[in-house]
Amino acid sequence: MSTFAYFPHTGEDIKVMLERVGLSGLEGLYSDVPPEFIHKGEYDLPSAMSEDQVRRWFEDMASRNTRLKVFAGAGAYDHYTPSVIPYITSRSEFLTAYTPYQCEISQGTLRYIFEWQSMICALTGMDVSNASMYDGPTAAAEAMRMCVACTRKRNTVVASDRLLPHVLEVLQTYARYGGINLLVVEDVREAIAEGSLDLAGVIVPSINRFGIIENHTGLAELVHELGALLVEYCDPSALAVVKTPAEWGADIAVGDGQSLGVPLCYGGPYVGFMACREQWMRKLPGRIVGQTSDAKGRRAFVLTLQAREQHIRREKATSNICSNESLLALWCTVYLSLMGPEGMRKLNALCYESAHYLKEQLLATGKFSDPFEDYPFLKEFALTPLCDVPRLQQALLDAGFFGALQTPEGYVTFCVTERRTREEIDSLVKVIKEAAL
Amino acid sequence: MSKIIEGLLYSESHEWVKVEGDLAVIGVTDFAQAEMGDITYVDLPAEGDAVEAGEEFGALESVKASSELFCPVSGTVAAVNEDLEGAPEKVNEDPYGAWIIKVRMSDPSELDSLLSASAYGEIAK
Amino acid sequence: MRYYDRLIFELSVPGRSGYSLPDSVLAVSPCWTCRPRPGRGGTASAVGSEEIEEFCDPAKFFDSYDSSREILPGLSPAVCRKSPLNLPEVSEPDVVRHYTNLSQMNFGVDTGFYPLGSCTMKYNPKINEEIVPQFNGLHPLQPESTVCGARMILDFMDKALAEITGMSHFTFLPCAGAHGELTGLMLMKEYHVSRGDLARTKVIVPDSAHGTNPASAAVCGFDIVVVKSREDGLVDVDDLRPLLGPDIAGIMMTNPNTLGLFERDIKEIASLVHGCGGLLYYDGANMNPLLGVVRPGDMGFDIMHLNLHKTFSTPHGGGGPGSGPVGVAEHLVPLLGIPRTSGFHGNFGVILRACAYILMLGRENLKMAGPLATLAANYVKESLKDAYKLPIPGVCKHEFVFDGLAEHGDVTTLDVAKRLLDYGFHAPTIYFPLLFHQALMIEPTETESLQTLDAFIDVMHTIAREASEDPELLHSAPHNTPIGRPDETAAARQPILKYSF
Repeated sequence: MSTFAYFPHTGEDIKVMLERVGLSGLEGLYSDVPPEFIHKGEYDLPSAMSEDQVRRWFEDMASRNTRLKVFAGAGAYDHYTPSVIPYITSRSEFLTAYTPYQCEISQGTLRYIFEWQSMICALTGMDVSNASMYDGPTAAAEAMRMCVACTRKRNTVVASDRLLPHVLEVLQTYARYGGINLLVVEDVREAIAEGSLDLAGVIVPSINRFGIIENHTGLAELVHELGALLVEYCDPSALAVVKTPAEWGADIAVGDGQSLGVPLCYGGPYVGFMACREQWMRKLPGRIVGQTSDAKGRRAFVLTLQAREQHIRREKATSNICSNESLLALWCTVYLSLMGPEGMRKLNALCYESAHYLKEQLLATGKFSDPFEDYPFLKEFALTPLCDVPRLQQALLDAGFFGALQTPEGYVTFCVTERRTREEIDSLVKVIKEAAL
Repeated sequence: MSKIIEGLLYSESHEWVKVEGDLAVIGVTDFAQAEMGDITYVDLPAEGDAVEAGEEFGALESVKASSELFCPVSGTVAAVNEDLEGAPEKVNEDPYGAWIIKVRMSDPSELDSLLSASAYGEIAK
Repeated sequence: MRYYDRLIFELSVPGRSGYSLPDSVLAVSPCWTCRPRPGRGGTASAVGSEEIEEFCDPAKFFDSYDSSREILPGLSPAVCRKSPLNLPEVSEPDVVRHYTNLSQMNFGVDTGFYPLGSCTMKYNPKINEEIVPQFNGLHPLQPESTVCGARMILDFMDKALAEITGMSHFTFLPCAGAHGELTGLMLMKEYHVSRGDLARTKVIVPDSAHGTNPASAAVCGFDIVVVKSREDGLVDVDDLRPLLGPDIAGIMMTNPNTLGLFERDIKEIASLVHGCGGLLYYDGANMNPLLGVVRPGDMGFDIMHLNLHKTFSTPHGGGGPGSGPVGVAEHLVPLLGIPRTSGFHGNFGVILRACAYILMLGRENLKMAGPLATLAANYVKESLKDAYKLPIPGVCKHEFVFDGLAEHGDVTTLDVAKRLLDYGFHAPTIYFPLLFHQALMIEPTETESLQTLDAFIDVMHTIAREASEDPELLHSAPHNTPIGRPDETAAARQPILKYSF
């Protein structure tokens, strides 16, 4: 028989191996399976393709998608990916490695996770970061669970309805099945003002779903007076210039690392981050890397505080998370290394400049009014449309743009990253100006 | 052979109890610390917490294991040994000196069901 | 592998940078500036060329972090970051060399053999990586009409996984195996609640189960009931029977189980659990040996997850990203979309890779993957059972468990595992499952050649010899790796979890 490219076994090899195990055929390997469960016949699947055919199949699929110039955000941002990053992350010593349980042959992975933890702490101002979560929304859900764990018998969490919709959906899902009393409210301060003995935590966005940088002055004090924890959901890219969760007095910072140069890729893989004050370190879910040394005194890195985790504590673990998004944590770590403090600041300035320009230009078309006139924003903003929204969205799509996402209140949002050129911005405005809406 | 001290009371889950008036001073036995190996963290309750006999009040952690601590008596936590937060190794070094919590007992008759040193010696082998 | 002892922060020199950004996006004539206007934020105006110079001069606009200046001109100081940002300042070549050096302290599937039980470390095909970037530009909220190709791939994967597993439909939201378990358990809860059956608060988990099973059930708000294994390593049906009742939501099973043994009583178990009104959840971590041979749906399972990063060859990436799609039987399909357990559409990039794998193998090679993996496991088991203690004899599936060395003296499973690293192999999974004190769990896959397996067998025999001749050599192993055994106790007692500046 001829072998398949990924299977090294020749007919002769199979014979040798079967002899060793004392069987005459491969069927014998399944003699312990009741015969009625043996799948008879062929899978209803395509026959094997050559690599070139597979390549063409995907090219065909990709050609059925429309490449659009992205003027939308809402939790997924079209920032530029420096070419260094995919080169580094595709090195097979990183790409094909297992979870670094065998630390002696995983120092590469362990070191970049330690660097990631350090950088997440630098961005958020928090003391301790974990090795990553699946995405921003699940990190928020874990933070909600952590509030309940840290306040022991309390079970109510209040979340702002200004959080991004996909974050709220995941929070509601985890709360509903996990038995947490989650209240999604318009005004967090008002909701907790009456006081509640059961309040475990409060979750607010750093930048809300209208793009507004929220002012949380005094909120942490209110929350802490009630014996609860404050969680802030942030865009890590923006944290280079906006007030950090630590500066606002938050206990836990979560968010999605996607804005650190991770491609949009139709929603994933992205990478959640989660960091907290040292006080809550033992309740932080997920893997954590720590520094120590070996017998010869060489600096070494290991997975640590593992007694919190599912493989040791089973149903009493802080979370069920096992695999995380390690390679994406490397992606963001390389991104932040390249950008440095100055690059991150400059990037935000570019987004700020372009987004403010677009907003002014859109208002000048007379087809929008400004519902949030004096509120600060960075790269994303919301307008009140004075025109037909489906027609507006279609006109943009027809011209190759993706923007004007509609919120439940009827606003439309736009987002401008450093990747959008002056020509693209002007041309988007021209489309809107000239379309009959 | 692990060390067992005469005059203390013991639980089957390897906690020791020293009675001081209506306070029960609680720690873990030499046998328990040896089984755990190097203890890296002691998860303590808060002062004022209510505890029930036979229920969990904290945990000992080592690098690769976690072991729950069960309260031998019911009552409220009157004191926790905060020294252990920064120095969990004291439980390894001196298990009978490194008390973990003191409980103000609500039902001292529960002490009757605990083991004597010799009875515990039969278990801790 | 060699030792390289730097962190990126230690390469930092103030003033260096590795980024490339335009000075200004808007700096084309006529220039727009965001000069504040009295009483308002920025505004648009065309200005003369001198003003362009002034406003678009990067040195002025993007001055470095300086407490005397606003961090971002125009942005209200009330919401501006005040603290310095401790990121490294390094050039692009510094970054490339640093991470290349780090990578050389790592072991991967492309480096060598992973005999790692329960983790299915098969070869990660390179075509899988190459097909991904052409989908990078798709925003997750784009309307369906603009992502027809992406939707067709998800539809194809739904059909393909349903065909391979015997389930009806899949959701692709879960980003890993444990995330799939959680999603699946939510569906289990949803099923009972949708029927008004609110009393089912408990989930049964075998004592041999992966740690994620009880942990996921707890996150989903269930209480956990443990069912024991028999001497032969299989779920004890007699122990199960009395646990079943109106409070049982279902059972989580791994089949073959974590000992690599096929749960041959599965038909009876399914009928007992269904009989009491519960559902059966299949943990897909051990699906690989069944590829092409047995379908979980046919065994009576109602809900399951697959680990695309195990069975379908997508790379582990040092611990993720994975993908854990959840499949359900026909009667649960209407509930499939209800739990929203991740932000957008799951780990689409990982699903693409798994799709490429299925297309490459096609139906004829997919059906060989399970038997060849199972053959490899049995070959290694039979070749080593003279030197290592095999607690449960007989045919295994994709993996098997030794209970340490046959003649161990004071040499532990940990010592054996660490010594393997010296010989260029990854260690097996150790001290799991918990049923055996010195558990050493070995899983070769179908992508390891006979020569590789023989080399591994030789080394395992060598280590068994060393254990009796020179036990100290094993206690102090590994010797040929970038670092030796680290002080994990110190790491946990006095945690250092970030770089201190």
